[in-house]
Amino acid sequence: MSVATAPNYDLTQRDGLDTSLLEVSMGPHHPSTHGVFRMDVKLDGETVVDLKPVFGYLHRNHEKLAEDMSYLANMPFTDRLDYLNSMTNNWAYALAAEQLVEIEVPERAEYLRVVMSELTRLVNHTCLVGFFINDLGALGTPLLYGFREREKILDLFEEASGARMMCNYFRFGGLRKDVPDGWLDRARKVVDDFPSFLDEYGKLLCENEIILSRTQGIGVLPRDLAVNAGITGPMLRASGVNYDLRKVDAYGIYDRFNFRVPYGEVGDSYDRFMVRMLEMRESLEILKQALEDIPEGPVMGSAPRVFKPKPQEVYGRIEGPKGELGFYLIADGTPKPYRYRVRPPSFINLTVLRDMCLGQKVADAVVILGSIDIVLGEVDR
Amino acid sequence: MSELPHEPVIQQFPDVEWEEAAGALVVPAAKAPEVAQWLHDHNTLALDYCSNVTGVDYLEREVKEKITNDDGQEETVTKTEPGRIDVVYHLYSMRNKTGPLVLKQRTGRDNAEAASLTPVWRSCELQEREIYDLFGVKFTGHPDLRRILMWDEFEGHPMRRDYEEPCDYEWEPTPHGEVLEKHKKGKVIA
Repeated sequence: MSVATAPNYDLTQRDGLDTSLLEVSMGPHHPSTHGVFRMDVKLDGETVVDLKPVFGYLHRNHEKLAEDMSYLANMPFTDRLDYLNSMTNNWAYALAAEQLVEIEVPERAEYLRVVMSELTRLVNHTCLVGFFINDLGALGTPLLYGFREREKILDLFEEASGARMMCNYFRFGGLRKDVPDGWLDRARKVVDDFPSFLDEYGKLLCENEIILSRTQGIGVLPRDLAVNAGITGPMLRASGVNYDLRKVDAYGIYDRFNFRVPYGEVGDSYDRFMVRMLEMRESLEILKQALEDIPEGPVMGSAPRVFKPKPQEVYGRIEGPKGELGFYLIADGTPKPYRYRVRPPSFINLTVLRDMCLGQKVADAVVILGSIDIVLGEVDR
Repeated sequence: MSELPHEPVIQQFPDVEWEEAAGALVVPAAKAPEVAQWLHDHNTLALDYCSNVTGVDYLEREVKEKITNDDGQEETVTKTEPGRIDVVYHLYSMRNKTGPLVLKQRTGRDNAEAASLTPVWRSCELQEREIYDLFGVKFTGHPDLRRILMWDEFEGHPMRRDYEEPCDYEWEPTPHGEVLEKHKKGKVIA
């Protein structure tokens, strides 16, 4: 028997029947791809035998646009990279730019930077876990539980910066403005209430039988491959590598806080999910200490009015919620960067998508993609 | 910019140059895979993690330089610096938690070509494809060199500094100024 309608398919014989691989284009408008991302999948029955990620649908050449603007004008533009985590994007860019000229960041600003970026980490991880469970088929409920908590943090962001998501709060040498009166107390309240939500979330999800059977042993990423492929963030730590830039580089004032770095043993989707659940607890630890010790004072250092650094090259990186977010800047003595490069963590984390999906079922490919945690604003730039 | 010592690399490979201004090692393309493998396997450096890979485009430009001529007088001469594309690698060690060491491959702007380091560090795979796409550097030895962010039929390399976008979508019936200029050059598709 032959398949008359599909002349280009490679037919193979199995059990005396002609059979062929099925090519499916998942996305770009597939709800599980978290934006406009496409996977070209080749299936043998339900098993993935080949997978090619296709992206660029959201490409706007961020780096080229940034070369045409002054250093500071790029700050609000970094918000649009990973639009869930504008605060950490701001910090990474500020950290790189602060290496270009000598600016002292005041104490209070350093503390507020830590507070803001740990709150951002909470936002990112609650959302990610919600979306991940959504991909598993639990439509809505866990995601909306996460969104309920995220809302409280977004209110804090709005009060401090004026915007919920596109915060544009950091400046070279400090922050745009101080937080309003009573903000710290409200932040402390959010931080104090958060663990009870995590308990609820954990009870609901961590030992749920369906989640266990859908994620354990699915999409295993071996340790050596993770290191070689430049995987960073929770995904790297799930594979058992203890590498957290908050400890390694101790940028800002991270060396002053006591916190642990959770990491996994197996490197499967469950570990990637659990590492994030545990990381939220550690973020709360940091937040508690930071909100306790935060001093009074100015939030802006003596930054030069005109930002015109001498010709040089710098690379600044931070531990973003998704991994190592880096900015590579080349200054040429003008007020615009000669070269402005973003090292996008979720783009590079996609390198191993094919390796993790091969041999898995097509429904698991969705789960694996969900466990990587991508945002297309950053992948495509 | 590099924080790791560069001397051992230069001792081992005399072809490698140290560029003080940028704080980077400049490696000839023919030697690059060998140097990369050596750095990756090195006992103390152990650069097992290639974080960031990117391209930088430099147009041909004129530089003024002060020299002392044969009569012993100072003189300013204008030299032409040829255009080039740098491919920059930021290397770290996850084992030792140290870094970075910056590696550069240098190539001309026409028929730009560099050696792919993807066989050494998988993290270069997508990033080198991006450089191929946006800068037009061909990486020899790359397993899957295709465009990545732009579509396959796209012509040109938008991150090049002399890239000019075709302005076919901003056509107006009464073109003026910039649009008219482009139309005369045949860049506007009506």
